[in-house]
Amino acid sequence: MATQAFQKIYTKLNQITKATCSVKASGVGNEELATVGGRLAQVVKIVEDNVTLQIFAGTEGIGTDAEVVFFGKAPTLKVGSDLAGRFFNAYGNPIDGGPDVEGQEVEIGGPSVNPVRRKQPSELIATGIAGIDLNNTLVTGQKIPFFADPDQPYNEVMAMVALRAASDKIILGGMGLSNDDYLFYKNTFENAGVIDRIVSFVNTTEDPTVERLLVPNMALTAAEYFAAEKNEKVLVLLTDMTLYCDALSIVSNRMDQIPSKDSMPGSLYSDLAKLYEKAVQFPGGGSITIIAVTTLSGGDITHAIPDNTGYITEGQLFLKRDTDISKTIVDPFRSLSRLKQLVIGKKTREDHPQVMNTAVRLYADAANAKTKLENGFDLSDYDERVLDFAKEYSEEILAIDVNIDTDTMLNTAWKLFQNHFNKEEIGIKDEFMNTYWKKA
Amino acid sequence: MTKGVVKAIIENLVQVEVSGPVSQNEICYIDLGGVKLMAEVIKVLGNIAYTQVFESTRNLRPGDTVEFTEKMLEVKLGPGMLSKNYDGLQNDLNKMDGVFLTRGEYTDPLDEDSSWEFTPLIKSGDMVSGGDWLGSVPESWIEHKIMVPFGLTDEYKVKKIAEKGTYKITDTICTIEDKEGNEIELNMIQYWPVKIPIKCYAQKPRPFKLMETGVRTLDTLNPMVEGGTGFIPGPFGAGKTVLQHSISKNADADMIIFAACGERANEVVEMFVEFPELDDPRTGRKLMERTIIICNTSNMPVAAREASVYTAMTIAEYYRNMGLKVLLLADSTSRWAQALREMSNRMEELPGPDAFPMDLPAIVSSFYARAGFVYLKGGSTGSITFIGTVSPAGGNLKEPVTESTKKAARCFYALSQARADSKRYPAVDPIDSYSKYLEYPEVIEYLNSNVNPTWVDDVTHTKDILRRGREAQEQINILGDDGVPLAYHDRYWKSEMMDRVILQQDGFDPVDASTPMKRQEFMLELILEICDIDFVFESFEEVMPYYVKLINICKQMNYVDFESEDFKKYEAELRKEVEERSAK
Repeated sequence: MATQAFQKIYTKLNQITKATCSVKASGVGNEELATVGGRLAQVVKIVEDNVTLQIFAGTEGIGTDAEVVFFGKAPTLKVGSDLAGRFFNAYGNPIDGGPDVEGQEVEIGGPSVNPVRRKQPSELIATGIAGIDLNNTLVTGQKIPFFADPDQPYNEVMAMVALRAASDKIILGGMGLSNDDYLFYKNTFENAGVIDRIVSFVNTTEDPTVERLLVPNMALTAAEYFAAEKNEKVLVLLTDMTLYCDALSIVSNRMDQIPSKDSMPGSLYSDLAKLYEKAVQFPGGGSITIIAVTTLSGGDITHAIPDNTGYITEGQLFLKRDTDISKTIVDPFRSLSRLKQLVIGKKTREDHPQVMNTAVRLYADAANAKTKLENGFDLSDYDERVLDFAKEYSEEILAIDVNIDTDTMLNTAWKLFQNHFNKEEIGIKDEFMNTYWKKA
Repeated sequence: MTKGVVKAIIENLVQVEVSGPVSQNEICYIDLGGVKLMAEVIKVLGNIAYTQVFESTRNLRPGDTVEFTEKMLEVKLGPGMLSKNYDGLQNDLNKMDGVFLTRGEYTDPLDEDSSWEFTPLIKSGDMVSGGDWLGSVPESWIEHKIMVPFGLTDEYKVKKIAEKGTYKITDTICTIEDKEGNEIELNMIQYWPVKIPIKCYAQKPRPFKLMETGVRTLDTLNPMVEGGTGFIPGPFGAGKTVLQHSISKNADADMIIFAACGERANEVVEMFVEFPELDDPRTGRKLMERTIIICNTSNMPVAAREASVYTAMTIAEYYRNMGLKVLLLADSTSRWAQALREMSNRMEELPGPDAFPMDLPAIVSSFYARAGFVYLKGGSTGSITFIGTVSPAGGNLKEPVTESTKKAARCFYALSQARADSKRYPAVDPIDSYSKYLEYPEVIEYLNSNVNPTWVDDVTHTKDILRRGREAQEQINILGDDGVPLAYHDRYWKSEMMDRVILQQDGFDPVDASTPMKRQEFMLELILEICDIDFVFESFEEVMPYYVKLINICKQMNYVDFESEDFKKYEAELRKEVEERSAK
């Protein structure tokens, strides 16, 4: 970004840490953008004429005489329909060799939607994956993360969900994405022929860590443009939010803030909520749906990052390896979509809620039976039957490579109920039993 | 008025150099290029006032000017608040333009143009003081009392009172005179600082009346009382919000104030959409007509989150003083505590446990103390029942917010992850949870004379059945199905029946969602009757299928209208099954 004639240049830095620096300057606004020795930086604290900046690309090699130039505005993104099909870095500059995007310049991280103007999410997002459509139905305007261990195929599953879901735009915000994963997304989208529906903002592991802090807001600002101005259905993919939080903790640490749980800043909840709450169903018909990835350490969801995330998002999805069928499934116990109540049995068949609950209950009984077996106890006839049921349920419905519509999932579930159980063991409302339980 | 200039900006903490006197909690407005940002003084050091700004401070600069108001953060009280959707600072959200919130846009909480049908309740010559009723106006179905402003604590003589008729809220409806002969003109509006409790009542006895919520696991096992306090801690996904929504829909209160404090916007939207449609089970009117929503969702400014619970409590106190039964719900009080933590951190205060401020327990307990059942000066009664949720970090109940709240609240409704995982909703743990009110002699007497004469003993008996069931289950898990006496299976399945029929409730089923006390009493007595029978089984394999059959019939009963044809049919079927087995 070129400096302009009227801009004041400061050259006396009085403090440099690994992520921040301070300079004496006047007339500077909070959250204003600047360059320090040519690197982009943002104002994070002002005490009288002492201005603290976080330098996105890190402070390596920055001298106390580095030139500091203030832009007089917060970070911005130029939005327009030209964004579609393009790949950008964390600053919103093209990295695909294409030209700069022309359009209206808007500040990123803008204001929140007035809650009374929001519409209730009511449109189902079908993915063909039963672990989602049947057990944890997604709805437009929802925000939901995958809680996954680093060894799980979360990027693959997320790409699959993105491609199968009916949306007008897919916006990828990649934070600390490995170069291999970045290329995976790029190739997957290209091969699927959907590249003109994609906008990507990517910070790879090769880029500086603090830069990541800009990525989600860039992605969400672009999403707001398409959803609010163009009334489009936008799906935002954010991966990996744990690496975003790590960058937050680095900056807060350099600013001498008192860390709270797990060395995370005390404002983590608000910081994350500001991003996730951008998911919205607009009155004009557009919507922003956020699917994120939060990687866990050893499946620990009590760590501050997944914990705060879980309190913000509308559910969470867990992946699990089902060793009985050697396939990945969406864990029916720990996963939850909070908004499913808005569509199941309303947009889907009336028996959906009860069939879903019954199948999960029986699957839980199977887990108990398995424990019994492992502890060396004899199995009852019922135990044997739930185990058989669970295996077929996994294989025919839950496995992530099964791609069927919801009615087929429900019919298959009824078929399995009838094959393994009697009426009392199912315990579904009589009105549904009368319709769907085929008389022998 | 004191003026000042901005000196330092650390996110939403702004230090202001002042030229005159300022007071703690005074409100000021910071001028950001013509936009006025509201802020509150939270600390004063020399001539520097530390303020928390209720808006984003983006682009604020040192040198920007500040005007102080000499007022604390206050709410505007008067007729017309029912059915309104406010933000944490009592701005009417519906009056704001545009889809997005605009910084510095503050709207009137009341409708100054609205007219009300006023009926005087006093006459000239009467002596009055703060909180006394001057007259009433019908607001929705509530007789909204116009009161002497709470701050007027002396005795005043009524010089003139408006006649019955239609007035605007800004019209003078009463003139009173103090001891010195100064006349004070009163209209229907008054202001009150939110951090100060309104105490214009005669006395505050121990609460004793049952507060029905329609949720069986609360009403039957651990009842809430009118004017009581309780809290619902639980990890995410355990169903805190669903439980609170279901209480707000079905509770036996005159009005509901719901403070959505730092939680998800879509949850509030659900209330905006549903409440105008749903019927109030008591009056048949729409639920929204008895509800005020204070909504400061998680993406709205943090400082206003703290204000939102106080705003809600003050409005509740105002309505309590009219002799109403108010239910105040806050979801979630942890977010409020986190807002306090963020500010404390920015002010570089020495941290307490988990970086929360040291005075957190004191703040929480003085807030809970504002709830309660009161006798008003005129002899009538009013109450605020307060139920807050707590979102413990990592689901760990040993964290500071849960511990502070446990000291303050009398009912503890622990949501259990294990119950939520196995879809046993509401996931209130029947054994860990408690209601201290069950120990109050006045509550016991009330329950026994209003529900049934042996009720409290029956509840204790129920808890024993559940506890023994859990012990039996543990033994079965350790020793195996055939390693324990047959009686253990029977014991376990009896508790399982209690759990599945009484405790579990389908919040989304039109009939099962809310159970009146009479029906709860009927079902509990029915299940207890079965639990007290010694059934004879040949082997443990007979036990489960038999109880599953009974449970199934009882669940069908839960899904149909009480005492309907179907209900009686299922009851007969159940009794037949029980008789056949007892005859063996």
